Amino acid sequence: MADTLVASTARGGSAARRDRLGPSPWHALAYVAPALAVYAAFVLYPLGRAVHLSLFDWDGLTLATFVGLGNYVEVVTDGDLRAAFGHTLVLIVFFALLPAAIGLVLAALLTRARVRGLPFFRTVVFLPQVVAMVVVGVAWRQLYAPDGSVNDFLELVGLGGVTRAWLGDPTFALPAVGVIGTWVQTGLVTVLLMAGISRIPDQLYEAARLDGAGPVREFFAITLPSVRAELAVALTLTVIAALKTFDLIYITTGGGPGNRTSVPSYEVYNRAFRLGEVGSAAAVGVTLTIIIFAINLAVARIGERR
Amino acid sequence: MISRAERTANYAILLLFATFALWPILAILATALGPDDAGGAGGLANFPAAWEQGRFAGSMLTSIAVSAFVVVVAGVLSIMAGYAFGTMRVPWAGVLFPVFLLGLMVPTEVIVVPLYFDLRTFGLTNTFWGIALPQVAQSVAFGTFWMRAYFRSRPPSLIEAGRLDGASSWRILWQILVPPGRPAIVTMVVLTFMWTWNEFLIPLVMATDASLRTAPLGLAFFQGQYTSGYTLLAAGAVIVAAPVVVVYLFLQRHFIRGMLEGAVRE
Repeated sequence: MADTLVASTARGGSAARRDRLGPSPWHALAYVAPALAVYAAFVLYPLGRAVHLSLFDWDGLTLATFVGLGNYVEVVTDGDLRAAFGHTLVLIVFFALLPAAIGLVLAALLTRARVRGLPFFRTVVFLPQVVAMVVVGVAWRQLYAPDGSVNDFLELVGLGGVTRAWLGDPTFALPAVGVIGTWVQTGLVTVLLMAGISRIPDQLYEAARLDGAGPVREFFAITLPSVRAELAVALTLTVIAALKTFDLIYITTGGGPGNRTSVPSYEVYNRAFRLGEVGSAAAVGVTLTIIIFAINLAVARIGERR
Repeated sequence: MISRAERTANYAILLLFATFALWPILAILATALGPDDAGGAGGLANFPAAWEQGRFAGSMLTSIAVSAFVVVVAGVLSIMAGYAFGTMRVPWAGVLFPVFLLGLMVPTEVIVVPLYFDLRTFGLTNTFWGIALPQVAQSVAFGTFWMRAYFRSRPPSLIEAGRLDGASSWRILWQILVPPGRPAIVTMVVLTFMWTWNEFLIPLVMATDASLRTAPLGLAFFQGQYTSGYTLLAAGAVIVAAPVVVVYLFLQRHFIRGMLEGAVRE
């Protein structure tokens, strides 16, 4: 296809000049066109359609009724949906804040300490990132089972009194899912921060040591300010991961017990494909998208300001 | 400069977190290789048993077909689009390229609902295309972004020289620019492969027939049906995770580089 295009431009009168300037704009557009066509049909158009659908009350089969922003009002007023967004806040602590804290300490220690075995450690802590979420869910369900190794471990260390079916417990199911998120994300954050810390010039640390700064002051005075950019990227990625926990919730708890672990991405699926509330599902999806865009925009702004 | 005690403490912390990261993985491997709690032979025999009972032959094949299609088609389209954005004057590039970047952020959750109902109208739900094409579109957003960065890093003299030799832009792309770009392309390919292989929501919504289930979807159904124990479920989980994990162990630098530098994908 591009060959014929090349041929047609070469036949044009000012072929020699075009050669120097490079391909014509339409020629360039032809290279973009196939990607753009697929992308427009399967991402952009559905995105617009989601906004459109979110303005209707529709069960997916019969005639839809226009309800304006009614579905969005529901996102704010409906108890189940408010709970779902509230659960996300809890998950953000486990998916983003905890890994950031652990990752900072780990990365600071490991990069400065020049310990051996770092490549192996990096391979291992990053591994959870590449395992399918469905597999992660199956693995952790087993660990959390009444006869699973989490309870075995607790009994071993003399905490037999707190053992339970973690994912079935109304109070502990959500934090239990959160810990899975901590497990998945800590490696990513650590590796990201390690890359940032390794770029800090050694002289800075030498100067600090000469000034008599201890490891703690060194961390807050040099390490932390130097990795602000990496930390911002890490937080963006992990917060968004916390907002998109569909696979994990579907496999481990199905939103239960009750709705104790339901999250917006699960609500989208549940409403669209189980409850026949397509408009409401679309509104939740659009809200989720707006939140993700806003987070990205905010972080990009912070990045620009520096 | 670093004391013995500090060094020992560092190793202890390293070990502690390596253990935390490996524990669930080793636990599921141990279960998969252990005695069969449903009465089978146990050990390595768990894998063929899980393969049979979980009908993984079909779902693994679907996953291979979908992944191959998405990786190849999205790869070629991304290389072409990235080439144009990186080395040519694309009309409205100031609008078009940011529009592609937008795709890095759009969550699957929001597009899957309209996609299902619109593709149903065309009879495309419950087909290979319904599962693969949306994932091509999502991968193209990342791929175009990733390949543009590579093509921009090429010295313009390289393209100039090709032009003077009378090579068409198509030949300059595939014979001059793509061969030395293998590292960047490999990174794109492994990431697209991982995202496609691990994808769950799109096949869950699109595939109603058991014959169209991908491997992660097959595992989810296996978990729902197989309630007589954990052993075969664990073996099934290992089977489903294995392809990406094996590729990761060989090409981990590509995974880590791609996920950190292309950090803005989702």
